[in-house]
Amino acid sequence: MAITRRPPTKAELRKQQMVAAINFPLDWLEERSGLVGGVKYFLFRKVPADTNWMQTLGSATLTAFIVQAVTGVILAMYYKPTPGDAYSSIQNITDHVTMGWLVRGMHKWGASVFIILMFLHMGRVFLFGAYKYPRELNWIVGVLLLLMGMLEGFTGYLLPWDQTAYWATVVGINLNGTAPFLGPWLAQFLRGGQEIGADTLTRFYSMHMLLIPGAIIGLILLHLYLVIRLGVTSPPWSKEEAGADRPETNGSGQLPQGLTKPVARGAGGSK
Amino acid sequence: MPEQDHLPKPTVWPIGFAIGIAVVLVGLIVNPLWIATIGGGIAIVFGVLWARDATADLRGHAVAVEPERREAAAAPATAGAPAAGERFPRSKFLEFSTLGIGGLIGGVVTVPVAGFALLPPFLGQKHHRADLGPVSDFAEGQWYISTFMIDPAEGEVSRRTAFIRNNGTLTVGGKPQPSFTIISNRCAHLGCPVQANGPTGAILGMKTITEKTSAGEIKLEPVVPAGFGCPCHGGQYDTEGNRTAGPPVRGLDRYAFEIKDGRLILLSTFSVAKVDGTGAQAKIHKYKSVGPGEHVDGWEQILYPLNPPHH
Repeated sequence: MAITRRPPTKAELRKQQMVAAINFPLDWLEERSGLVGGVKYFLFRKVPADTNWMQTLGSATLTAFIVQAVTGVILAMYYKPTPGDAYSSIQNITDHVTMGWLVRGMHKWGASVFIILMFLHMGRVFLFGAYKYPRELNWIVGVLLLLMGMLEGFTGYLLPWDQTAYWATVVGINLNGTAPFLGPWLAQFLRGGQEIGADTLTRFYSMHMLLIPGAIIGLILLHLYLVIRLGVTSPPWSKEEAGADRPETNGSGQLPQGLTKPVARGAGGSK
Repeated sequence: MPEQDHLPKPTVWPIGFAIGIAVVLVGLIVNPLWIATIGGGIAIVFGVLWARDATADLRGHAVAVEPERREAAAAPATAGAPAAGERFPRSKFLEFSTLGIGGLIGGVVTVPVAGFALLPPFLGQKHHRADLGPVSDFAEGQWYISTFMIDPAEGEVSRRTAFIRNNGTLTVGGKPQPSFTIISNRCAHLGCPVQANGPTGAILGMKTITEKTSAGEIKLEPVVPAGFGCPCHGGQYDTEGNRTAGPPVRGLDRYAFEIKDGRLILLSTFSVAKVDGTGAQAKIHKYKSVGPGEHVDGWEQILYPLNPPHH
C-alpha cells in the first residue's frame, strides 16, 4: 500500500481533533486510575459463541435489584416508620406525592419481579449445569442472595402497616418461633420484644432498607467477580469446553490483549 | 489419579442408617422414649460405620503421608532457629501489635453495637397492667369480648382483646375470693386473633359497655360463645380455651389478674397446656408465657408439629 504524503483534508483533520478530544479525558482517567481498562475488562469479555438468551436472566435480576434500590431510596424520603404514621404516609405517597403512585407501584411489583427472576436465573443455572466445578462457590453465593431477597420480601411486606401486612407478619414471625430450640429466640429478636409493636416496625424498616440491601450489594459484587473470573458457561449442547481458558492464556503464542484495547465482543472460542 | 477414585466405594451401611432414621420417626409417634432412642442408636452405629467406610481412603493416605511430613519438619527445626537477638524480630513485633491493637479497637466497637442490636428484645421487658374498670361492669356468668391497651404510651398498636367471664366468688380456705376466666385472643397456633363463636351485643339485646381508664378506651361487648375459633387456619377452642380442633399446639393463653379498689386489673399473660373443669373450679395447667406455636408440656413436644386434642 502506497503511503500518501498529501496533507490531510479538512474533514480528516476535524475527525482527528474529535477523536483526540474524546480520548483526552479517558486517557487522563486511565493513566491515573486504570478505570477505563477495568470497565472494558468487565464489559468486553470473551464469551462462548453459542450463549443463550436464558443467560441474560442474571443481568435481568441485577436490573430488577437496581430498580428496587432506586425506587426504595425515593420512597424512604416520604415514608414514616411509626405505627401512627406508616399507613397514612403510604396513602400520601400513593395519592398526593407527584408520581408517587408510579414509584410505589414499581417498588411493589418490582419486588415480585426480582424474586421471580432470581428463581428463573437459578433454574437456568441448574439446567445448564453451570453450578458445577469450578463454579460451586458462585452457586452458594447465589443461594445466599436468594435468601436475602426473600428476607427483603418478608421485611418489606410489613411496611404498608395495613391489616394484611400486620397479620402476615404476626404469622411469619410466629412461624419462625416454632423452629426447635433457637426459634423462640429468633422470633423475639424479630419482634423486638415480647409483643409486636412500634419496635417491630422500625427494626423491619432498618433491616429492609439498610442491613439486607447492604448484604445483597456485597454478595452481588462477589457473585459478579466470580462470573468474570471463571467466565460464562457454554450451554450444555455446546461443542466448546465449558469454562475454557481465555484465549490469551492458552499458550497459543498470542500476546495478552492490552486492557485498553477494545476486545471484539462475543469472539471467545469461535475459531 | 483416575476420576473414579473421588467416589467412595459402595457400602451397605447407608441402608442400616436409613432404617435407624425410619425407626426414630416411627418412634417419635409411637413411643418417643424407647423406640426413638433405639432408632437413634441404630442410626448412630450405622452412621459411624458408614463414615468410617467412606473416609477409609482418606485416612489410609494420611497414614502414608504423615511420616514424610514429620521428617521434612524435623530438618529445619535446628537450622531455622533464630539467631540471638533475632528471637522476636521487629517486623514480627509490628505485625502482632498491629493485629492486636486492631483487634482490640474492633472489639471495643463491636461489642456494644452487637449488644445494642441483640439484647434489647430480651432484657427489661415491661410488665403491663391494664385497668379494665369496676368489677361491677362484669355480670356474673356472662362472657365479654374486652378490648384495651396494654401500653397506652405506644398507642393503638398495643390494643389487645381478651374474653372475660366473671365466675363469681370462690371460697379458698374459708376466704372468699373473686374468680375470673380471662382468655387471651392470641391463637396458640401462629398468633392470629381468635374470635368468639356465638351471638354478640345487639342480637342478645345487651349493651356494649365502654369505660375510660388508664388502659385507654375499654370496650366490653357481651357474647354467648359456644367456643372460640381462629379465622387464619381454623384452630378451634372450647370456652375454657382448650384446643378442640385444628393446628394449635396448646390451649389459649390467659391473663393473670388482680382486683384493686374494686377494679379488675389485667397483668401479664401466661401459657396454658390444658384446663380441667370449668369456671371457678377449673384446674389450669399453667406455664410461663411463650410464643404461639411453642409447646409447653414437655421438652420432647418440640419435635411434634401436631398434638392430639386435649379432650
